[in-house]
Amino acid sequence: MKDRVRPTPRPGMVLEVDRSTPPILFHHGEGFRTEKLPAGRSRVIYPAEPLLGLADPEGAIRRALLNPIDQDPLPAQLRPGMKLTIAFDDISLPLPPMRRPDIRQMVIEQVLEMAAAAGVDDVHIIAALALHRRMTEDELRYCLGDRTYDAFAPSGCLYNHDAEDPDGMVVLGTTPHGEEVQFSKRAAESDLVVYVNINLVAMDGGHKSTATGLAGYQGLRHHHNVKTMQESKSFMDQHRSELHASNWRMGKVLRDAGVKIFQIETTVNNNTFGVDGPLAMLQKREWEWTAKDRAAFVAMTTGLKYTPPQMARQIFQSWRAPYELTSVQAGEVEAVHKVTTENVYAQHLVPVEGQTDILTMGLPYICPYNVNSVMNPILVMCLGLGYFFNLYRGRPLVREGGVVIMGHPTRWEFHPVHHPSYIDFFEQVLADTTDPVEIEARYERQFAEDEWYIHLYRTSYAYHGVHPFYMWYWGAHALQHLGEVIIVGGDTRAVQRMGFRPASTLQDALEIASDTVGRQPTVTHLHNPPILMADVS
Amino acid sequence: MISDALAGKRLAITGTTGFLGTALVERLLRCVPDVELVLLVRPGRRGAEHRIRREIIRNDVFDRLRDQLGTDEFERLCAQQITGVAGDVGIDGLGLDDAGRELIAGCDIIIHSAAAVAFDNPLDTAVEVNLMGPVRLVQMLNEMGASPHFIAVSTCYVAGSRRGNAPEEPLADGPMYVPVSWQDEADASRRRRITTETESRDPARLEEFRSRARHELGAAGTPALAAKTEQLRSRWVNDQMVEAGRSRAASLGFPDAYAFTKALAETAVTEIKGDLRVSTVRPSIIESAYAEPFPGWIRGFRMAEPIIIGYGRGLLTDFPGIPQGVLDVIPVDLVAAAICAVAARGHDPDQEIIQVASGAINPFRFNQLVDLAHRWFSENPIYDDRDQPIPPPNWTYPGRGRVVRQLKRLRTGLNATERVLGRLPIRGRQAEITADLDERRDQVERALGYVELYGAYTECEALFGVERLLELWDSLEGSDQQEFCFDPRIIDWPHYVGDIHLPTVVAQGRVKTAPSGRSGPSRRDRQRIQVLSPDRHMAAFDLENTVIAANVVMAYGWLATRRLPVDERARLVAKILLEAPSLLALDHRDRSDFLRHFYRRYQGAPIEQMAEDSGEMFSDLILTQSYPAAIRRVRQHRAAGHTTVLITGALDFIVEPLRPLFDHIVCAELAQSHGTYTGQLAEVPPTSESRAEVLRDFANAEGLLMSESVAYADSASDLALLEAVGYPVAVNPEPKLAMLARKRGWLIEYFDKAPGGPRKLLPIGSRKAS
Repeated sequence: MKDRVRPTPRPGMVLEVDRSTPPILFHHGEGFRTEKLPAGRSRVIYPAEPLLGLADPEGAIRRALLNPIDQDPLPAQLRPGMKLTIAFDDISLPLPPMRRPDIRQMVIEQVLEMAAAAGVDDVHIIAALALHRRMTEDELRYCLGDRTYDAFAPSGCLYNHDAEDPDGMVVLGTTPHGEEVQFSKRAAESDLVVYVNINLVAMDGGHKSTATGLAGYQGLRHHHNVKTMQESKSFMDQHRSELHASNWRMGKVLRDAGVKIFQIETTVNNNTFGVDGPLAMLQKREWEWTAKDRAAFVAMTTGLKYTPPQMARQIFQSWRAPYELTSVQAGEVEAVHKVTTENVYAQHLVPVEGQTDILTMGLPYICPYNVNSVMNPILVMCLGLGYFFNLYRGRPLVREGGVVIMGHPTRWEFHPVHHPSYIDFFEQVLADTTDPVEIEARYERQFAEDEWYIHLYRTSYAYHGVHPFYMWYWGAHALQHLGEVIIVGGDTRAVQRMGFRPASTLQDALEIASDTVGRQPTVTHLHNPPILMADVS
Repeated sequence: MISDALAGKRLAITGTTGFLGTALVERLLRCVPDVELVLLVRPGRRGAEHRIRREIIRNDVFDRLRDQLGTDEFERLCAQQITGVAGDVGIDGLGLDDAGRELIAGCDIIIHSAAAVAFDNPLDTAVEVNLMGPVRLVQMLNEMGASPHFIAVSTCYVAGSRRGNAPEEPLADGPMYVPVSWQDEADASRRRRITTETESRDPARLEEFRSRARHELGAAGTPALAAKTEQLRSRWVNDQMVEAGRSRAASLGFPDAYAFTKALAETAVTEIKGDLRVSTVRPSIIESAYAEPFPGWIRGFRMAEPIIIGYGRGLLTDFPGIPQGVLDVIPVDLVAAAICAVAARGHDPDQEIIQVASGAINPFRFNQLVDLAHRWFSENPIYDDRDQPIPPPNWTYPGRGRVVRQLKRLRTGLNATERVLGRLPIRGRQAEITADLDERRDQVERALGYVELYGAYTECEALFGVERLLELWDSLEGSDQQEFCFDPRIIDWPHYVGDIHLPTVVAQGRVKTAPSGRSGPSRRDRQRIQVLSPDRHMAAFDLENTVIAANVVMAYGWLATRRLPVDERARLVAKILLEAPSLLALDHRDRSDFLRHFYRRYQGAPIEQMAEDSGEMFSDLILTQSYPAAIRRVRQHRAAGHTTVLITGALDFIVEPLRPLFDHIVCAELAQSHGTYTGQLAEVPPTSESRAEVLRDFANAEGLLMSESVAYADSASDLALLEAVGYPVAVNPEPKLAMLARKRGWLIEYFDKAPGGPRKLLPIGSRKAS
């Protein structure tokens, strides 16, 4: 295979911008910008090149199931008459969705084979989506394969988690901090819960898989809140994340309540756009672009200029990443997650020296909550100030009081089916205030307990009524830390509605930022995606 | 002294709820001690006394006297000196009882100033009031054997549209007098009313009214169409009578039916007066007060005001007239004073007729007015809806024919455009353009009306002599001249127009004289607050194009294709698309028939499968095509404690997922048999006017008030529903409703689909592999 003869991947790097540095690629929704950064005081952080994938993923999975960490091999835990529940990460992972076969399909098929061999016939397969939207039939088929879908879905044994089912949820106890641990009743009553994860970023996995994925509003509100998010520095760094501390406390309550979890965690490499193919240049460094890359890029951006946004969105949303499995480990949750995190860091961490005055980022067309959907302004905020801003370990990339400049079209657009409560949040709540603390105090409960949103969450494909609040909280740490947020190329009204400053070009944005950080600020560009995590010293 | 001569006298006055009458009452009450006033007023619903209180004594004309005396003393004075008598000069017998007749016959002086002054009155109204009114009064006085001094208020324009001098002499003495019998004219006008009424009920004509009503309202249901048809009929009769008046007046050389009937009245009174001592006072065009009781006092919208406002708003881009022509205007206080002077002097057989006019001795020219108005409106512009000042137009004084031709051409063009737009399937903001057109056409109609009616006055070249008026003036003592000034020579026109009259007219016209400044909530915001107030009881919603941009055909297409193989799906959709025009036509004709016809397609559909697929269609079609703002509005109503109701022709299983939004759903239901639908309606959905009935029944059963309820709908076929509630809201209205809603000042909402959301071009179901 061609991939196998790939040169050894180079680690991530920090480029000091000088006058010979070519314009830098900025993702910009369903499009791109190339920007000249100020020479002499700017740097660009590049992600590592994709690590080599495992040569035999099927074999690696089998070995992990048979040789788990700190637990008996899976077959030894399976017996006839037992209740087995397989829960898996939903459509929000990985990003963008990966080419078939999906990791979840590969893992679950092997788990089901072992269960069949052991004579287990009470098996439920649950999409652990917490308060995310339900997955459609097509999406479930894509993630799990037709064989599993056709075998389990018609009999009602393969379904989406329903956190608002009054008969389907239980509270298993309370942490010493007073946090209620709410859990799927089926999972709680199972003899074994097998969790199948795709650990795209360091935030994912561990106890968060189950304690969050199979919970509901009653449990989530204890860590999905402004205070927790402001105390998670960052939520990508497990050891300094209050979000994770809470989930870990809940994990202990689950364990003490007798919930037995067999955690299967997987990691993928950075091969988001392919080492060859039409988007390959997106994961190359600009000065290494070949003539072919440059021609392809010009052709693509020119084409996009004349493509209606709706169609461009469809084109990008249909992109399937050629991700490769880089590790798979199974067994006891915490021990497994330790190994997983190391594997994630191996791909993502890039050492960076010191903070910057201005952090720039080009936001892509996708975030965890708009797969096959619309990237609405609230999701733009969440992707930039939630995910990208928090992709650090140690200290934030940008100094306290500094400025984030993000590029994205930020259109006043919403998916009416997937994001109904977002529309009302944007029209009503943000029109009133953008302060997360005030929003939480005044509006959260009303949206969370709204019958119509609950109806849509349960019967249609809508994110839960409270979900837009979580998106806003995800950015709470950044909002507290930053002096100014500027969006380049966004819809002016939409940007202003969120309390940010609109700018039409990066030059304008830098000019606006000079009010906050002076005339000669240092600039750092986060060249993401493919994903990188800054290890800031 | 005028006040001495009139002190202690008893005066009967008619027309005191009018402009001149009110001014007269005020002047007499203020300046003549112990005068006794007997006011003949139409009793209305709550009696003559009530009308006198409300419509005369409360008028701001009495502010001066009230301030002078204090409220208590003023009230006492009114109670002591004013007596009301219920009566109506427009009907035979004057509507008087014996006591009323006695009271009036016992008066020393009778001032008859009641008139139908509008220049566009129907002929018979003008005849009954202007001609027969004084005739009846004079006849009554003769019958009672009374002989008070009878002062008839007429108009200078009885002289007709003529050039040159029009002296203060009886009409019969004038060179232009065409003798006609006033009795014949009165009979003819009454007969004309009867024949016109008969003609309006002609089958062909009724059919025409009906088709016009249908064109205007669409499929609004029988009662609404019937009401509209009747309205069109009576409006037609009225128009015919107005036209009859105008043409008869013109045929005899009068500018309009008012002047014509007034002239007949003068002739008639002269003929039948017997021993009665009659004086006639002929004012020209009466306008706002020059000084008494305060400068600028005016009552009601007078003749010139619509033109002045129309000019200031840029509505009348041009106006016919002779630039140097004299516009004979006389302030109301001068007329009232002149009448007082005539009353005080008593009857003088040599000076029976007195004209109160300015043209002959202090002429005010048409171009002078236009220049003054132009200057004034340039400095004090009226603002349009977008808060932009409107520049006053430059009039070129073309001939009347040219202006009329231009306006008529414009009207024809607007009508044609509107007809074309009315046939296009547009709605919402695009439909606004038809409402704009409609407004524009209304403006043109109004302009045309003004030009046709008032053109004659601006073109009038008669000079009204005032020799006798001046003689009377000269005979007055100095103190009377002070207190009862009626000398037209004192009028300083630029001062009168710029400082007194235009500010008054603009204030009366309730036009925007300053940008709104965005200080408070807009009108729409205020209406929204009203609609969502906790005081409301119920909110009813139509579904199609009000809450979602989908219809029963799309829903059927989606459900029918969901389980079909790919090639058959395309065929089915193509078939539906081909049928679309005929379905649409049927829908426009009769919604119930359409639904009954269309729903037969569900024959044999398995009930369980429909329920399951409808659940999926909810996401793929209904929510995708929904208006988030509409759904938010339903929820806001619920949050405000209102009962929410959905009224739709859609099928029950299709709207089932919307149930959590509504307290009550009125929809169609199909009959079932052996687990499948039969295609027959088990529950016929209410359409057009029956929607209002269904909602009313529901409201009654629940103890909710329709007058405190809100209804949302998009089409004129829902007119009955919208009219049935106190707070109608037009949502994304189609052209007809857009026009109606704008005219009636209803709240109009534009609900859009979620911007950037997926678009459903064809009603094809998301594939279900089965």
